[in-house]
Amino acid sequence: MLAALARRAATGLAVVAGVVTLTFFLLRLAPGDPVELLLGPAATPAQIAAQRHALAFDRPLATQYAAWLGRFARGEWGTSIATGRPVRALLGEAVPATLELVGLSLMLSYLLGVAVGAVQATAHPRVDTALSIATVTLFAVPGYWLGLMLVMVFTYWAQALPAFGRAGLDGDLLAGGPWLVDRLRHLMLPLATLTLIGIGGIARFVRGAMRDVVGQPFVRSAQAKGLAPFAVVWRHIARNALIPVAILLGLSFPALFSGGVFVEFVFAWPGVGRRLVEAVLARDYPVVMAATAVSALLVVAGNVLADGLVAWIDPRIRHRSEGA
Amino acid sequence: MNRLLRDRRAMFGGGVLIVVVAAALAAPLVSRAEVAGQPDIVAERFLPPLATDPRGGIHPLGTDRFGRDVWTRLVYGARISLGVGALAVLLAIAIGLAVGALAGYWRGPVRTLLLAFTDVALALPRVVLLLLLAALWRPSAALVILVLGLTGWMSVARLVQGEVRSLAARPFVEGARALGISRLRILWRHILPNALTPVIVAAALGIGNAIMLEAGLSFLGLGVQPPTPSWGNMIASGRDTLVNAPWVAAAPGLALVLVVVACTLLGDALQDALDPTRGSRAPPAP
Repeated sequence: MLAALARRAATGLAVVAGVVTLTFFLLRLAPGDPVELLLGPAATPAQIAAQRHALAFDRPLATQYAAWLGRFARGEWGTSIATGRPVRALLGEAVPATLELVGLSLMLSYLLGVAVGAVQATAHPRVDTALSIATVTLFAVPGYWLGLMLVMVFTYWAQALPAFGRAGLDGDLLAGGPWLVDRLRHLMLPLATLTLIGIGGIARFVRGAMRDVVGQPFVRSAQAKGLAPFAVVWRHIARNALIPVAILLGLSFPALFSGGVFVEFVFAWPGVGRRLVEAVLARDYPVVMAATAVSALLVVAGNVLADGLVAWIDPRIRHRSEGA
Repeated sequence: MNRLLRDRRAMFGGGVLIVVVAAALAAPLVSRAEVAGQPDIVAERFLPPLATDPRGGIHPLGTDRFGRDVWTRLVYGARISLGVGALAVLLAIAIGLAVGALAGYWRGPVRTLLLAFTDVALALPRVVLLLLLAALWRPSAALVILVLGLTGWMSVARLVQGEVRSLAARPFVEGARALGISRLRILWRHILPNALTPVIVAAALGIGNAIMLEAGLSFLGLGVQPPTPSWGNMIASGRDTLVNAPWVAAAPGLALVLVVVACTLLGDALQDALDPTRGSRAPPAP
């Protein structure tokens, strides 16, 4: 099992390397010059040339790539061209914010999504249909739009919750209880947005996975031997249906992260996704590169974790990979 | 087909899509105001839904901050949003079919290489890639189609690859080869037509997704550019006026949800109808 995980980790690193290389060359191929954006329209050609030389943009592409890769692997991610701040510091602030939002939403949407899907698979057809309509609708709602609608209701109409950022203006001055309340209030709307959409997709999937299991012979024999319906559902059906759900966990990481990008943008949540959007708009090469690499790394790490989880849940997979 | 007609999901999804496509095609007939016309900004901006302007015209969904009729922009925006979504999915399917057929039919290094490439592309966070591609070139509808197509083909390629691989081992393919038919012709005439079932389902589900992503890019200002209406840039333009004119952002969002729900239901129903043996199969991962 360890060998299989190590193999997955190696593939994951290859994916990250591929993403980073692709990003580097795409950025350099694209029109638009960070130096001209940096110096503004009044810059003379001589100033532009000097700045280009200072940033090493006048060297051959392959040389730039090799030099950049070496520095990147050593953790020297450079300075943001647009803000002048070190990239490591910029992303160091952003990663915890993203992990907080995406991680919590992942947990909540799986808990609630599995519960809704399980109810659907076993409840009366009418209840199932009603919940199906609800989940398919949630699944179809774009995050940025749902976010705006929640802001409209809870911030503008009810005036109950803040709509922007991770902490209030006085956030630095608070401590203890008030600090926590301030943070939670800011977390509420972005978390609700991401989680509601997540529930839609997960419940749909869990419902299908459980209904596949419900029809199998061992379920009938469990019922026949007189087990309580609750025990049949949770011990026999859910346990088997959870395997595809754990596989889905790995597959849904890219989607969740993507959803996070839009939600972070709408709520001005200071995470990796928002940094990435800002950096892309400003042609801030060093930040784009690092944010892309960090995003890919987070997604790949999620995939490897999910693979481990699947092996842990399903002994058949665990033993198969040991034999291989 | 009969199964499909009896399926309520298919009837609803298909019905909604037919109505929306018809409204988009007949946009000049079902709406009256000009798309980008700004008759009298001061007197006609932020009119609520169902209000009449001073000139006597009715605005079923109100007007935006430039006094433009939201309903008119919605139906013209449907042309862009649906068109971009459909073309992007077509492109993704074309690439996916080509890659999947090659990888499924030719064994050896070609297959290994193509499958490895597909896996790497599948592991990339799609929106990150979309942002990169869309931000680096001048935003336009054509770029959005290209970008969505280039980042959406991987799941189709995997489906087609599996299907082609199992079909290639069937007796009728062997028979065709024994008759001396060239490999390319066998692939094109005998295998691919039989491998299209999962592609049709993927297309129905993919269009909804593509429409949603197009709107997302346009929302960030990286897609279709104003004043050309697209549902995404309409939502973006309503973002600043949530307080005094919530309908500007609400209307295109609701239209978007309705169309994506229709595509998803149609895709689910197609899947059940085309593949009755599998019964209620788990829907594809979100």
